[in-house]
Order: sequence, then structure tokens, then C-alpha cells
Amino acid sequence: MLAKVFVTLKNGVLDPQGKAIHHAAESIGYQGIADVRQGKYFEIQLDAGLDEALARSQVEKFAHDVLSNPVIEDYRVEIS
Amino acid sequence: MKFGVVVFPGSNCDHDTYHVVSKVIGQPVDFIWHKEEQIDRFDAIILPGGFSYGDYLRSGAIARFSPVMRSVRQFAEEGGLVMGICNGFQILCEAGLLPGALLRNRDLRFICEHINIRVERVDTPFTSACEPRQVLSLPIAHGEGNYFCDPETLDALEREGRVIFRYCDAEGSVTDESNPNGSLNNIAGICNSERNVLGLMPHPERASESLLGSSDGRAIFLSMADSLREMIKLRA
Repeated sequence: MLAKVFVTLKNGVLDPQGKAIHHAAESIGYQGIADVRQGKYFEIQLDAGLDEALARSQVEKFAHDVLSNPVIEDYRVEIS
Repeated sequence: MKFGVVVFPGSNCDHDTYHVVSKVIGQPVDFIWHKEEQIDRFDAIILPGGFSYGDYLRSGAIARFSPVMRSVRQFAEEGGLVMGICNGFQILCEAGLLPGALLRNRDLRFICEHINIRVERVDTPFTSACEPRQVLSLPIAHGEGNYFCDPETLDALEREGRVIFRYCDAEGSVTDESNPNGSLNNIAGICNSERNVLGLMPHPERASESLLGSSDGRAIFLSMADSLREMIKLRA
């Protein structure tokens, strides 16, 4: 079982890295890119036999307590 | 009185801090390895600068789970003095002992230079030996020092006089040009509502002897020593 965790900056939190990437994209010549926000992506391998509800609650807690900082970031969990 | 300097894997200002406490202000000090949990023998704890755990994930995000941090939290709740410098400030924010977070610098650069900060409040155990609005020249050395918090928290910090240091120019004017990293309201250092936990991005330990170009940082360590003397007298 694989859990995917996406951590992104909250709306309103300045993302200078995203801005720099956006500027670079424009200067290279890519068109129609309105904005870029940079985030983090984690792949978490879970024990094969783990109950899916337990897996979800564990990964949600891990994402909230460790992988993201709730002051500045949101997260989203996908389990497949 | 005894100071403790916490050593995380990747701390690199621990020895500078130890040196200033022991040799410049002449107070007893010991290192505390991050796995230690017994810190009752100390009167003040300093979380030094550096790159704890390589700054992996986020600055301070892994250090906050070190065993010593449980004890530091309890120590702070009991009124002990805790100061976090640079990476130490980031760890205190990640641990929730101080509000907000330190984001990547506005211009993305790692900044290593002398800047000026204005002492906004002298009614803390960390600034009691400073003059109100005194300008201190201190070095900064960080990639993530851009102080951020939500508007309600910012209001509370300002209303409660918990912004202790602000980036300013040499005359003490707080301007956008003198803000090196984009911090909200030029914030360089804040304290908790009980005023016994302080975090600041500049490095007072690197500017406590005139040989190093500035001794302005001494005032912070001297304030702590004065305050501890008073606290110990009251306890007796």
C-alpha cells in the first residue's frame, strides 16, 4: 500500500521559490503560465496487510504533525 | 546560576554560545546533548544556531522531536528562561513554544551580514540591560528568517508588546530597506506571552567581543544573567 502526501503553502503565504520559477518559465518563453507555487510530495510505503482506515488515520496524523507545518502549509493524503 | 546550551546533530553555534556565557559574561555553563531529558540543574536554556538535522523537511522540524525538547517545554512552562538563536528560533516556532514560522528569505538568498536591530521592549529578562530603542549591530546568517504568522497572531504580538527586536537602519528607523529577509513588520525577535521564551534570528553570540567587530550582543547575555540573579534571589 502506498500513501502519497502533498504539502503546499497556504494561500496568502509568500512563495519566493515559486515566483522565481515562474519568472524563469516566462524568460525561457513558456506562455500562459499565470502562477507557480512550489510544494513537497512524499511517497510513504505502508505494510501490505495494514487496515486501510488505520493507514489513513496514521498518515493523516503524520502529515499534520510532522510533514507539514500547519502555520504555513496545507496537506492532502492519497492512499492507493 | 547555570546556563545550558543544547547540542543537536548539526548545531554549529553551540561552542560560540558556550564561550560567550563562560568567558565573556563569566557564568557557569554546560552543553546538553539533545538526547538528555534531565535538565533540572539549569536556570536558563539556549537553543543555538546551526542546521539541526541538516534542516531536512523544514528548519527545526525534526529537532523539535528530540527528547530534550519535551524537557525544554516543561522547563519553559515552569518559568525557566529559554532563548532560541537563529535555528533555535526556528525550532521554538516548530515546537509551538513561539507562534509563527520562519519562511525562506524574500529574495531567496542565504544572507550573511551585519544588520541593525532596535530593542523594542526592555521589560523582558533578555533585554533588561538594554536601553529602550537601543540599536544593536549584530550578524545574521540564515536562508529562512522571513518571519510569518497569521494576521490575528501578528495583532496579538504587537498589542501585547511581544515584538522584542525589529530590523532597522543605523539610526533606528524601521524601514523596508533595512528589512533583510521580508519578515512581517520587520520582526527579528519575539517572546511568548509569559515573556520567558525568546527567539531571535540575529546572532548575539557572534558579536559579544569588540575583537569580532561588535560587542552589542553582550547586552542580551548580561540581561539574562541579571534576571537570573533576581529570580534566584526571589526563590531563596
